[in-house]
Amino acid sequence: MFGYMGKILRVNLTTNEVTTEDLDFELAKKYIGGRGLGTKLYMDEVDPQVDPFAAENKIVFINGPLSGTATPTGGRYMVVTKSPLTGCIASSNSGGEWGAYLKYAGYDAIIIEGKASLPVYINIDEDKVEILPALDLWGKYTTEASDLLAEKQPGSKVLTIGPAGEKLSQMAAIMNEKDRAAGRSGVGAVMGSKNLKAITVKGNLKPEIANVEGLKAVTKECRAMLKENGVTGGGLPTYGTAVLVNIINEHGVYPTKNFQEGVDPDAEAVSGETMTEKYLIKRNPCHHCPIGCGRWVKSDKSPDGIGGPEYETLWVFAGDLGIDDMEVVIDANYWCNELGLDTISAGATLAAAMELYQRGYITDEMLDDDVILKFGNAESVVHWLKKMGNREGFGDLLARGSYRLADFFGVPEYSMSVKKQDLPAYDPRGIQGMGLQYATSNRGGCHVRGYLISPEILGLPEKLDRFDLSGKEVWAKVFQDLTAVIDSTGLCLFTSFALGAQQYADMLNEVLGTEWTAEDVLLAGERIWNLEKLFNLEAGISPEEDTLPPRLLEEAMPDGPTKGWVHKLDELLPLYYKERGWDEDGIPTEERLEKLGLL
Amino acid sequence: MSIKIKLFANFREGRGKIVEMDYTPGMTGQDVIDSLGITAPEIAALIVDGVDGKVDAMLAVPIKEDGYMAIFPPVAGG
Ligand code: SF4
Repeated sequence: MFGYMGKILRVNLTTNEVTTEDLDFELAKKYIGGRGLGTKLYMDEVDPQVDPFAAENKIVFINGPLSGTATPTGGRYMVVTKSPLTGCIASSNSGGEWGAYLKYAGYDAIIIEGKASLPVYINIDEDKVEILPALDLWGKYTTEASDLLAEKQPGSKVLTIGPAGEKLSQMAAIMNEKDRAAGRSGVGAVMGSKNLKAITVKGNLKPEIANVEGLKAVTKECRAMLKENGVTGGGLPTYGTAVLVNIINEHGVYPTKNFQEGVDPDAEAVSGETMTEKYLIKRNPCHHCPIGCGRWVKSDKSPDGIGGPEYETLWVFAGDLGIDDMEVVIDANYWCNELGLDTISAGATLAAAMELYQRGYITDEMLDDDVILKFGNAESVVHWLKKMGNREGFGDLLARGSYRLADFFGVPEYSMSVKKQDLPAYDPRGIQGMGLQYATSNRGGCHVRGYLISPEILGLPEKLDRFDLSGKEVWAKVFQDLTAVIDSTGLCLFTSFALGAQQYADMLNEVLGTEWTAEDVLLAGERIWNLEKLFNLEAGISPEEDTLPPRLLEEAMPDGPTKGWVHKLDELLPLYYKERGWDEDGIPTEERLEKLGLL
Repeated sequence: MSIKIKLFANFREGRGKIVEMDYTPGMTGQDVIDSLGITAPEIAALIVDGVDGKVDAMLAVPIKEDGYMAIFPPVAGG
């Protein structure tokens, strides 16, 4: 078996049983790995109606066939489970090193089931797999827990949850290497519900490669393409993802004060240019990554610096809160990592709370505290993040995310979310294709299910009219399907700024010994997309939830280069369903499922 | 009368964040980038007086008196 290690590790935390199973090579190839294979393995075993926090729910950690190979960025892993935030399928991706080390330990995936009676962690050292007590780690922040685990298991890579996951916040992330996050959809809370604090992993095994010389050649070609590309060889290494702050703001689609406006006059203060000039110490790349978009920045938390914020984090703790102070964002990012919180949802929940305060739903008395949740109040950010992550006082309500918070006050429309997951840093009123993508994303509001910002704003691979609807359903489908492929290979989505379906097919072919074309891998992506959709339907997520917050459909953008626009989802959605080969209600047809090998 | 040119990322190197230029009737983005020593293939996105579009087309659009341009090299993220 090439590419894969051929082994799945199963850990039952109720019975303390640890077993291994052979990977079905044909099944693996059909769903590639990562997001695709993880979803298939999960769906074959779990009732979609399961309560995400029940012992019957499972959580899958899975790498891809390119993880741990010489291919660029092959260090990522995916966490697949049912999301406690959305009720949809969750597949959260993270970089760093952990995903590659899972492979070096000899495993393609870990399936965790049951629930431990007391806090535990799992230690994996190739064939030696132990379930060990974690009472001393429970309650610890990410850095302290990771340092303690590094002492207990020298040489291991550490994945852990923070207090937010232990306390079942629906926004809890899973952290690895301290500052890398499987951030979205509350996957950290599923670990917490199982009393599972951490997983440490190490090993020295390597996958067999079908064509070693062929892989060397295609890797060299892909690395050259990444280096020569203006984004992956220039913009991202130099400025990180933070370089987006100015370009998104200049187009008038930089959501400001909980999407009430689209331009932030002070955005330059948190831009990639400002970060590079004043705060950057060095790049902080993931495993085998020649791009190195990760940042290492100055902070009073450590004389050596700390992991820096990404674009989404900069936006949500700056423009979305009306603050614009780089040091506040660096601090907020640090505390989200320590608490194990998704920065996007945590920040967006503060933004929703600030709008609820602005409109009189949240009052000073309710906050029972001197620090008011008000747009522009910098001191409220870390103060309320800590209370959110530790579920103290009003923070307990905040810990449930913006949708449940706004719904508590009877006004869910002030949550800027899709399927209860907060939208990221692009206002879809001025990016019509992206809005369609948000509405139809299988994991709820998300930018990394089909990054239409590339053609609609950034001019990559070509510039589309961002307001024009024509053909956007075709772009949305292709981007969604290709993203599902990349997420299943074990590579980073950012490689797609330089590489296309053909390069992913080429790398997979040399590793696996397959003869796939670009069309074949896109078909696999479509298969994965439809599989996720089937899960959501069986979980009770109705196609009526393929929508956007009312503000974005009804309230025209008040100012700036997007002034006067709303999102025209009602025109795009029927075209999208048709393009997908689904019926007019948004349900996959038998004919299409048969073509995809899903019946 | 002058126009304002906003520069981003590496376009700022040696030029600064904002360049003010004298306005001459009919001047286009092409005139602006010529005088800044930037070539069209180096540009990934361009906004002229709040309107964006394909770079080649936008470079031919006359800039308004007191208008502005925003010029971006290839950048991306997520
Ligand atoms: S491009 Fe950035 S996020 Fe992707 S693997 Fe490299 S450093 Fe990690």
